[in-house]
Amino acid sequence: MKQKFDINRFKDNMFKYFGLACTLFGLAVLSIFLINILIEGLGRLNWQFFSSLPSRMPEKSGILICLLGSIWIMVLTAIIAVPLGVASGIFLEEYGKKNKIASFIEINISNLAGVPSIIYGLLALEIFVRILGLGKSLLAGSLTLSLLILPIIIVSTREAIKAVPKSIREASYALGGTKWQTIRFQVLPAASGGLLTGVILAISRAVGESAPLIVIGALLYITTIPTSPMDDFAVMPIQIFNWLSRPQKGFIENATAAIIVLLLITFIMNGLAIYLRNRWQKKIKW
Amino acid sequence: MAKLDAEKVNVYYGDHHIIKDVNLSIQENTVTAFIGPSGCGKSTFLRLLNRMNDYIENFKKTGDILIDGGDIYDKKVRVEDLRKRVGMVFQKPNPFPKSIYENVVYGLRIQGIKDKSKLDAVVENSLKKVALWGEVKDKLQQSALALSGGQQQRLCIARTLAVEPTIILMDEPASALDPISSAKIEDLISELKENFTIIIVTHNMQQASRVSDKTAFFYLGELVEFGDTDQIFTKPVKELTQNYITGRFG
Repeated sequence: MKQKFDINRFKDNMFKYFGLACTLFGLAVLSIFLINILIEGLGRLNWQFFSSLPSRMPEKSGILICLLGSIWIMVLTAIIAVPLGVASGIFLEEYGKKNKIASFIEINISNLAGVPSIIYGLLALEIFVRILGLGKSLLAGSLTLSLLILPIIIVSTREAIKAVPKSIREASYALGGTKWQTIRFQVLPAASGGLLTGVILAISRAVGESAPLIVIGALLYITTIPTSPMDDFAVMPIQIFNWLSRPQKGFIENATAAIIVLLLITFIMNGLAIYLRNRWQKKIKW
Repeated sequence: MAKLDAEKVNVYYGDHHIIKDVNLSIQENTVTAFIGPSGCGKSTFLRLLNRMNDYIENFKKTGDILIDGGDIYDKKVRVEDLRKRVGMVFQKPNPFPKSIYENVVYGLRIQGIKDKSKLDAVVENSLKKVALWGEVKDKLQQSALALSGGQQQRLCIARTLAVEPTIILMDEPASALDPISSAKIEDLISELKENFTIIIVTHNMQQASRVSDKTAFFYLGELVEFGDTDQIFTKPVKELTQNYITGRFG
């Protein structure tokens, strides 16, 4: 009896150390990567780097155009994907009947969230670039990324809405609220924490994407600042990809500096998402 | 004329026959208690009266329910209008995660009433009726979730009163509360009787006998006995009722 107990205890300890080792491994790889990037790229981060157009000389080129491109893409994608995704999520969760078609749609939306991004690029190339004739414009790029993040927004909207307790809806109905009033005044405000978190994470995913944009032909050498949704564009990940494929050491440095900027953008967005989630959790306790 | 009339009401959830041939007539300005063991259909029946069962899948009802002589399941009836006339208080206090003020005026706001002085007056009036005004008048803009359970439940009643219903349905309104809060709710029910018709579902037999004028005993979906509360609790006609109120089963 005593011996068996000791074996179990040994196993328990073993697992604890095994788990610790796994965790440390992940952290170690991540920190080596980060330190490496910081050492190589930090020196390059100055005002000139942010305010310059691309150039044939690495020390003269900068990220102005692709940074603006990424901001354009972020805003346009949000304008397109957020209303569509949130509205679909609301419809599926609140209005959609629970039948076979509904569960078929549901499974497919979840599957869409897992489709490799390059496939969305191929679809967009055919529909937006060729059939609709949008070319390699910001609009085409934003539509492409909207397709990519729509399933994520729909799924997270549904999750956020599902988390609102039934008692809140019942209270609103019992006071004479219509379905839409109940959604608009009770469900959405109560779900807004989770909703915003999902939206921000989805957009931060879109900002980091390059594959579908390369497919639609956004791998260009652009030297003019985009001023309308129909302009050609470059985005941060594509600029990084571009620089990394050059042989000169200076461009590699530029790429690492741009990676730092891109990481910073995603960290800030994810941080914001976590902050919002915590704030709402604290504010609303059922 | 009775305030509320149920005629040969049957309810089915899919194949389950939940309410069986219930006939019931409730007079204005009375308190009626629905008692019976869990699953007897009393809550289902209560929720028929403001059509809260409409959202349940496979819900089917036969028979008529008349309020003030009108069939509330008639196609012409807007369910939102019905619920303004028939308010409901739930088992667990369910204030909206908003300020005390916004909780009370919600029912009016969704009717499109914006006049601030009118809303202010309704807030004061409703909160006074539930004896909550003194406790919260200086913190109307604070979150309702910061109130105690008993205060929350009284706020929920105030919120219901604000839309001026004529009938108030209460689904075990005191079962989630401590004894003192529970007693306050009971006092409140007795006061509200003067202006409202109240129907209360309760598991608590003493509560039923204290607050109600009429008692209806449900068992397995049937209305076994309905009569004056005194009579039901002292000399019930049916043996089943006798057994239940003396605690021989439940």
